[in-house]
Amino acid sequence: MLKIQFIPYNEIETLSSDKRVKKLLEISKENKIIVMEGRLKPEEETLLIQKTMEAISKNFKGIELCTIYPNKKRNQAFKGAVRDVMAKVLLGDREGLTVVGPANIIKDIKRNPNNIELLTEDISKRRS
Amino acid sequence: MVFSLFKFVKRAFLRAFKKKSDIKLGLYGPPNAGKSTLANQISKDWLGKEMSSVSAIPHETREVNVKEKVALNKGGKKLSVNLVDTPGIATKIDYEDFLKHKLNKKQAKARAKEATKGVIESIQWLDKMDCVIVVLDATKNPYSQVNITIIGNLAARNIPVLVVGNKMDLRKANLKKIESAFPQYPVVGMSALKGYNFDDFYDSIYKLVK
Repeated sequence: MLKIQFIPYNEIETLSSDKRVKKLLEISKENKIIVMEGRLKPEEETLLIQKTMEAISKNFKGIELCTIYPNKKRNQAFKGAVRDVMAKVLLGDREGLTVVGPANIIKDIKRNPNNIELLTEDISKRRS
Repeated sequence: MVFSLFKFVKRAFLRAFKKKSDIKLGLYGPPNAGKSTLANQISKDWLGKEMSSVSAIPHETREVNVKEKVALNKGGKKLSVNLVDTPGIATKIDYEDFLKHKLNKKQAKARAKEATKGVIESIQWLDKMDCVIVVLDATKNPYSQVNITIIGNLAARNIPVLVVGNKMDLRKANLKKIESAFPQYPVVGMSALKGYNFDDFYDSIYKLVK
């Protein structure tokens, strides 16, 4: 059975980068796929990779990670750009979605570029 | 936020006053994209000897490898860089994948352990880079999270980037896909192994570093 855990942005917005990454990694290690509202900062993504590498063991092979972020038009009006920046400062970067899951369940994530395909491993076959 | 702004200003200041010969030019990318093959070719072209070992087995480079004072001289234009070949960045490493490449279990486990350390080291070196060449396998889908994370981190650190679509000698190579994935960066198609398009590549390095 595939378990998917949704994390709304308000569950992570007050956490430090270390705690955000720790939370995502702990849930992944429980063999759950995480669908998180919003996205990590670039430095948090690399921190997640670093912590994942430290956690790799016989039972944990790493993660698959994917973020989808709405494409903003480059020539967006100045007013709209200012509004977006203000919203990010006040509310955090809750645009987009982040999918994280353990590599022993998610074989691959294909992004093309505005949709995600998750290729999962058949756990029952793997155990037999 | 104030700390990030301070780091940004410090980096811009250091870059402006840094000697041209101290420039660290990094090669980043996913495993098996051809970073070490490209590093070898650059090193051979300007120093007469290779700098890294290469292999078809992923994660052959498991430690950061630096070649200092690589002096480029093309059409009278001189440029000296410290070339930094880094281990490929990945989000997963399974020792069983190495068994498929005829390594025994002990060798595969040791390689996997070293590879995890290599990924961490690569990420730690990001902050030291002045310019980065992101090497991608042009036969693969460029929209992978590793590629996006690397480029996102370089953008956040305000480090100039050149994207290389490597393995253009292969039939499946698709440079247009890389160009549309990263439209804000210069992209050069080449084959490090076959020596294809090095002229354009070196011209792009001069533009990147200036």
